[in-house]
Amino acid sequence: MEMIIDLASWAFILAGVFFIFTGTLGMLRLPDFYTRLHAAGITDTLGTELLLIAMMLQAGWSIVTVKLLMISLFIFFTSPTATHALANAANAVGLRPFGVPEADLRPKTTEKA
Amino acid sequence: MRHHLILRVVSKLLIPFILLYALYVQFHGDFGPGGGFQAGVIFAAAFVLYALIFGVQAARRAFPDSWLAILIPLGVLIFAGTGIASLLLGGTFLDYDVLASTPTGGQHLGILVVEFGVGVTVTAVMIAIFFAYAGRTHEIQDDDW
Repeated sequence: MEMIIDLASWAFILAGVFFIFTGTLGMLRLPDFYTRLHAAGITDTLGTELLLIAMMLQAGWSIVTVKLLMISLFIFFTSPTATHALANAANAVGLRPFGVPEADLRPKTTEKA
Repeated sequence: MRHHLILRVVSKLLIPFILLYALYVQFHGDFGPGGGFQAGVIFAAAFVLYALIFGVQAARRAFPDSWLAILIPLGVLIFAGTGIASLLLGGTFLDYDVLASTPTGGQHLGILVVEFGVGVTVTAVMIAIFFAYAGRTHEIQDDDW
């Protein structure tokens, strides 16, 4: 049983590390703000969540698991929101995505508050 | 403000839990990591988040300036009052041992009360600093971006 839990934690850790590595690589290599944000969003949400799941498996049924669960819930809500806020702010000031022909873009939104 | 919808919903969801977490850090500070300063900053962060999303005016209504003028000295008063109380009970200034019947109980009580005083003042000062800076410019409208 312990063996299975250890193997599962390792699988989750490796998956989490993979996503964090991909996210970092994307941050460094991708051409513009939106694509970098797209890569960075993965790091916080998926990478961290998988690492937290691995930690929960190791912690077993204890108060630590409950705390880890709360942390993962918090990250699950806040990280996508932060990414959304950044992308939304960039869109609001009129930053256009890289490599998309102007004709394919919607005209700049001018909605009022 | 329409495109702030997601931010508004998520922050409404989170603010109560931020306040609750601040209280946990405050009153669990004598058993685990935490204490008055950290709790005060977290408590103030909830109000800063509220001000960022809903505007400084709404935050000022939720936490009026008159409270700040009361809470900042109140925390210091609680801290110093604990010291005076221990003086009056026959110890030295902030000697917690004399506050309760046993020295250990006195230490528990003294740290709890003193940290509460720190928390109150730090919360109010943090909010006061934020209001002072945020109030210097007019409200930023979407058109100004």
